[in-house]
Amino acid sequence: MTAAASDPAPSGFLARRRLGLRVWWTMLVICLEERLVYRGDFVLGTLMRFLPIVTQVFLWTAVFGATSSGSIAGYSRNDIVAYYLLTMVSRAFSSMPGLASGIARSIRDGSIKKYLVQPVDYVGYLLAARIAHKLVYYAVATLPFAGVFLFCRDYFPPIPDWTTLGAFTLSLVLSFLLGFFMEATLGMLGFWFLEVSSIVFAYMLVQYMLSGHMFPLDMLRDIPTGVAGVSVADVVRFLPFEYTAYFPAAVWLGKVQGAELVRSLLVEAAWVGVMIVACRIAWWRGTRRYSAFGG
Amino acid sequence: MTRYISILLTFARACLVRDMTFRANFVLECVTSLGWMAMNLAFYLLVFTFTPEIGLGTGWTKEPFFAFVATGLIINSIVQALFMPSAEELTEMVRTGGLDGILVQPLDAQFLLSMHRVDFSAFANGLVGVGLLAWAIPRLPQPPHPVAILLFPLLVVCGVAILYSLVIMLAAATIHLGRNQSLYDFWFYLTNFSRYPAEIYSGPWGGPLRALCTFVIPILLVVNVPARVIAQPLTGQGGIMMAGTVFAAAAALVISRWVFQSALSKYRSASS
Repeated sequence: MTAAASDPAPSGFLARRRLGLRVWWTMLVICLEERLVYRGDFVLGTLMRFLPIVTQVFLWTAVFGATSSGSIAGYSRNDIVAYYLLTMVSRAFSSMPGLASGIARSIRDGSIKKYLVQPVDYVGYLLAARIAHKLVYYAVATLPFAGVFLFCRDYFPPIPDWTTLGAFTLSLVLSFLLGFFMEATLGMLGFWFLEVSSIVFAYMLVQYMLSGHMFPLDMLRDIPTGVAGVSVADVVRFLPFEYTAYFPAAVWLGKVQGAELVRSLLVEAAWVGVMIVACRIAWWRGTRRYSAFGG
Repeated sequence: MTRYISILLTFARACLVRDMTFRANFVLECVTSLGWMAMNLAFYLLVFTFTPEIGLGTGWTKEPFFAFVATGLIINSIVQALFMPSAEELTEMVRTGGLDGILVQPLDAQFLLSMHRVDFSAFANGLVGVGLLAWAIPRLPQPPHPVAILLFPLLVVCGVAILYSLVIMLAAATIHLGRNQSLYDFWFYLTNFSRYPAEIYSGPWGGPLRALCTFVIPILLVVNVPARVIAQPLTGQGGIMMAGTVFAAAAALVISRWVFQSALSKYRSASS
């Protein structure tokens, strides 16, 4: 990055693109190295994310054991287990631990000002850092994920066709972008409120419940809102949260198919677009009202 | 001992003064904490729309299960208020070298490191737990025996002691790892096992897991035993479980003390 920054500004379009990529690549490598400094903590954190799924499997096994019905909201016991495992994959893409609070902290302690004077796009830097974080995470987590999925293979329906697999992959990539830009926008509220920890916590609460991380959102279909013919599930469907956990899992399990699948992917892409614009506006408006003092 | 109690009260007073200085933040923390709890209660209510009980023939129908949840809320809120904030700070102290300042104090290092900060907002969940328990008890299929009501606070204290020991051992891991940002996450995932009745852990995998979480890491005793004493009839097996819980609490405190002291002896200062 130092070499790139000390070079005279390149003139051609291709040269400028190449420089941009070099800067981005350097940021990615730095972030990868940073993630690997505390390897013990990182491996521990990755492995223990599997623990909650164990209690969920036993809880739902007990629930199905006590009910005469073999299906709850269209899910068999095996479907539920597969659903929880698949939401772990979704969350591996869409969760952004520490992103919003990190942005708010750098606004509060003034460290964000270095990004204002450097020829580095702050949001781009954060995106590179997050991709690095995810790459390290996948490198560490792929093996345990594969092991758990192999161990639990009997819970899963047959592997879906290539179209569904493609839609599943696309939904995961979009869920990563959606999760990133939602949290980055939230963190930029720090330009207005300085301390956003309570807002972040409230967001996490809503996100955890309405994303389908806690239970399949189809279970809300019979919960009335008070408005005739409108269930809680109908209201939740209008929000972006379901794309960060429920939707990719539902795609794999074949709960969303055909025209509904295409429509949902388009809606997810639209939410990503909306959040990119919201993030950029928050950054643009925030940096205009930001002031820092001292060295 | 009196000296330590006096210092603990001084810590608590200082934390309360600090919390009251930022009243709005304190209220927000209480509200968000209650929000998390309300969300979990909503989830349990949703589960009970699909089933009459958690596990066939276990007796954990709606009201006994909510008595179970209330017990968990009370125990966890005590641990969250009294010990977790200090343990979380330790993780940064090791990395930054701030631990050096604690080790030269003329006080027991474990006491200072595990009890110097009190989070009063965490008691909010405990208060709701007490309210939920008061709601559930009159609705139980069988009212609790007077002896059970007397034993309940003792078993809650045992549950707190077991969780405290686990917190201390997790915090000790920080000293070996250099940084342990996952402490809180690990704590959450570990205590997750204690959030449900032990009966759900059955079958070829559940049985060994239940044995592991009862006899090796006694996390299943923390909420299950006090909740069972209140929500289900006392039996001979219940007496054995209660004695086992008291023993497990005492053993956990001794072992965690040893683990923490061993970890401290391996501490190498990070400061200049």
